[in-house]
Amino acid sequence: MNLNLLLLIPMLTAIAILFCKGLKQVRMTALLGSALQFILAFFLLYNFYEERTAGNISQMLFEFNYSWFAPLNINYHIGVDGISVAMILLTAFVVIAGVLVSWTMDSLSKEFFFLLIFLSMGAYGFFISLDLFTLFFFLEVAVIPKFLLIGIWGSGPKEYSAMKLALMLMGGSALVFVGLSGIYFNTNIGGLHSFDLVQISKFRIPMDAQLLFFPFAFVGFGIFTALFPFHTWVPDGHSSAPTAASMFLAGISMKLGGYGCLRVATYLMPDAAHAYSGIIILLSTIAIIYGALATMMQKDLKYINAYSSISHCGFVLLGIGMLTQTSITGAVMQMVSHGLMTALFFAAIGMIYSRTHTRMVAQLGGLMKVMPFISAVFIIAGLCSLGLPGFSGFVAEMTIFMGSWQNPDPMYRLATILACASIVVTAVYILRAAGSAVMGPITDSHFSELTDARWNEKLVAVILIGGIVVIGVLPFYLKDLITPGTQEILLQTGQALMTK
Amino acid sequence: MILNDFFILMKQELMLLLIIFILLILKVGKDRSNESLLHLINALLFLNLISGFIMPAEGMLFGNMFKTNALITLEKNILNIGVLLISMQSYSWLKNHKHLSEFYILMLSTLLGMFYMISSGNLLMFYLGLELSTIPLSAMANFDLEKRASSEAAMKLIISSAFSSGLLLFGISLVYGITGSLNFTEITPYLTAGPLQIFAFVLLIAGFSFKISVAPFHFWTADVYEGSPVAVTSYLSVISKGAVLFVFVSVLYTLFKPLAELWYNILFLLSVLTILIGNLFAIRQNNFKRFLAFSSIAQVGFILIGISGSSQMGTASVIYFVLIYIFSNLGAFGVVSLVSALTGNENISDYKGFYKTNPMLSWVLTIALFSLAGVPPTAGFFGKFFLLIAGAAQGNYILITIAALNMVVSFYYYLRIVRSIFMDSNEQPMVKLYIPWMPKLALFICLAGIVVIGLWGTIYEYIFSLSTGF
Repeated sequence: MNLNLLLLIPMLTAIAILFCKGLKQVRMTALLGSALQFILAFFLLYNFYEERTAGNISQMLFEFNYSWFAPLNINYHIGVDGISVAMILLTAFVVIAGVLVSWTMDSLSKEFFFLLIFLSMGAYGFFISLDLFTLFFFLEVAVIPKFLLIGIWGSGPKEYSAMKLALMLMGGSALVFVGLSGIYFNTNIGGLHSFDLVQISKFRIPMDAQLLFFPFAFVGFGIFTALFPFHTWVPDGHSSAPTAASMFLAGISMKLGGYGCLRVATYLMPDAAHAYSGIIILLSTIAIIYGALATMMQKDLKYINAYSSISHCGFVLLGIGMLTQTSITGAVMQMVSHGLMTALFFAAIGMIYSRTHTRMVAQLGGLMKVMPFISAVFIIAGLCSLGLPGFSGFVAEMTIFMGSWQNPDPMYRLATILACASIVVTAVYILRAAGSAVMGPITDSHFSELTDARWNEKLVAVILIGGIVVIGVLPFYLKDLITPGTQEILLQTGQALMTK
Repeated sequence: MILNDFFILMKQELMLLLIIFILLILKVGKDRSNESLLHLINALLFLNLISGFIMPAEGMLFGNMFKTNALITLEKNILNIGVLLISMQSYSWLKNHKHLSEFYILMLSTLLGMFYMISSGNLLMFYLGLELSTIPLSAMANFDLEKRASSEAAMKLIISSAFSSGLLLFGISLVYGITGSLNFTEITPYLTAGPLQIFAFVLLIAGFSFKISVAPFHFWTADVYEGSPVAVTSYLSVISKGAVLFVFVSVLYTLFKPLAELWYNILFLLSVLTILIGNLFAIRQNNFKRFLAFSSIAQVGFILIGISGSSQMGTASVIYFVLIYIFSNLGAFGVVSLVSALTGNENISDYKGFYKTNPMLSWVLTIALFSLAGVPPTAGFFGKFFLLIAGAAQGNYILITIAALNMVVSFYYYLRIVRSIFMDSNEQPMVKLYIPWMPKLALFICLAGIVVIGLWGTIYEYIFSLSTGF
């Protein structure tokens, strides 16, 4: 299978949108494009399994390598392993849901869908890149459209949030850039410096360079995934963004960071990953607890989900920092699970907001009576967020905790216990929000005239809940898909442990 | 010297001379309408551009005073592209101008001076080219004849140019005193970093810094940019700066090669200072031309980082960046010049709500600004990336980190304009502008350049392959 299709379809869709007239044509084109991409993602999964069962054990499949800037040894190099396939599936889920949820976006619809599809192209490109230059290119492609999406179609202090988000993410990619250039100049593959991920992983970067550049790469990507002191863009950005953009931000954009931390920082600089693992765990534990406690204080539904995203993404970094096979697998599962769950949550909040015009928990109430479907979706998202068995959140977090516990160091165990304890806090804020916003008597008389979900909103819920439940009930499919990839990373870090 | 050689090696300069003479003859002939004249001039400039690509030659003339090779030809072609684009963009402004042909005569004379400067193999020749490229430029800055600010800009430009030329001349005379020669190839072996040589070198660097407005020699830039007509401002910031940068690169890498350690440290300090000052002042500007002046100061800081790298990579990335910079900066200036010519608005706050009335122009301006900021997939991203990578080759990661973080600051002020265009509400946005086809074509070429030059790796490879020899 040719992976370029994954970029070609969004690109053609975006171009086609430019030639459309009116909301109806635009949204049909966007839906068609993202549906095609959705099917293609499953086709990729199918092909991936075919290859693997046929005995193809090479680390990356469907590779495509094209010399882009030959004098600098920069290549357009793409390929996938199980982790990438999982992330591509996640992206396809969230993007199609995002298009459907914006079905009635009537102001500047052409620009909106163009930017949304363009953004998704950045994410797809990022997940299939095997060359650090290509990876960095797509990472930055996925930043600026967010600025426009939030700033133009957002709500509340949108200009401020958009600027804050864009600058912090650009700051992250500036750090990533320094890390990447450090990696580049410290490799020597056949006499040349290299950006090639697979080649660099076989070449061991000198220890002092690793120690110097790991923090740049990890913190840089960490900013994308709300690493503790750099998480401040998350609440503002998420809550000001229009629904589809919030879904994309929390569902995919934050995963770009997690994937980068894993694939670039940890995989290419394993010795440094060991050296710094204590700090990573400290920061991620703080993020988990701080995020959960901060969520308790929030009154706005979007802020609740945004702060809880900080906490949940802390689990991803915790899993990476623990550096055991199970914990890293759990981290990847948590990325997929949180992506679907938080997209569902934001979609539900968006549906509620578009009807009631308020997101304040105190002003909402009794929605179950007037819009049972949306309320049910909201509650399902909440239950998944607090880790109820049967949904994906439980599986992912459980795997991370089990993996973390394998690390015998008492401080690491303490971090694991604290992270586990945060689940209780999660339960408190989720149940409280759900209880007062959805259950109880109707607080506002005009709520009783509101309508329930339309077909497009139902479809969003079905797609996302489908993903969540499948992972929750049949987690071994996802686990088997990503395990070879995480094993490869562990092989690196395991060697690092031995040389230490 | 065979006459044949003379025509082939100097064909680009002769072509310019020819066009200047045609313009002079047209001026004394019967009156023509400005529009037909503009079409004719643009056609001539287009021919000039094309002829640059035909029969590239390599060789020396006049006892090594004048040299040319594939790289130098390419640099001249890049400048030709920029001049053609500026000429097309200033259509709306020049259409009603009384002294149309004089404007072009002055502009092409400066271009001729730059060509001599780029081709120089001798400090005297270099100085002559530099003067030819500066003095007519101040007359051009005065071309909004009825505006006071324009003549003020011209005065400032001529005085600061004269001062920097003085510095250069002093440096050149010291070099002559030390080595007894003005010829590049004869000077280099005598350079040993003695105190007098360092003094001469610092004077030369200061002279260059004035021309490319490197901090702390940048004070003239903002006022001159603000006062001059937009066409001249874009010419100053793109063409004149690009030409001096080309020379600067070749002078540092060949002539002053023995002093590499010295100029590396100087460039380190200057680049950090320039980026910081450019960025910090750009944040505060409200006049669009002043804003672009400070942002271009910051851009030069990034270019200095590229120069501080190793010879081949540094040269290639600087030329590549200047090429991209021409398209991106002219994209932005093109819109600003149209708006300025048609409505007289030059402030950033006038652009509030611009998207509602002029969506196409807004997108062009936005994409050009993104390219200046270095956002992919625009070419600016590739340009900046290669500049910084070239700089990082020296292993100075402090410099690279400062530069990378400063890019974030520059995002802030570029995005601020994008915010005005798209997000800020305005009761009375600008009226819908009617754009003649010629500036429209120029903007389209700029857009195409911004997209293609980055993504198409062959262009960089070509420049890189030429960057071996000077």
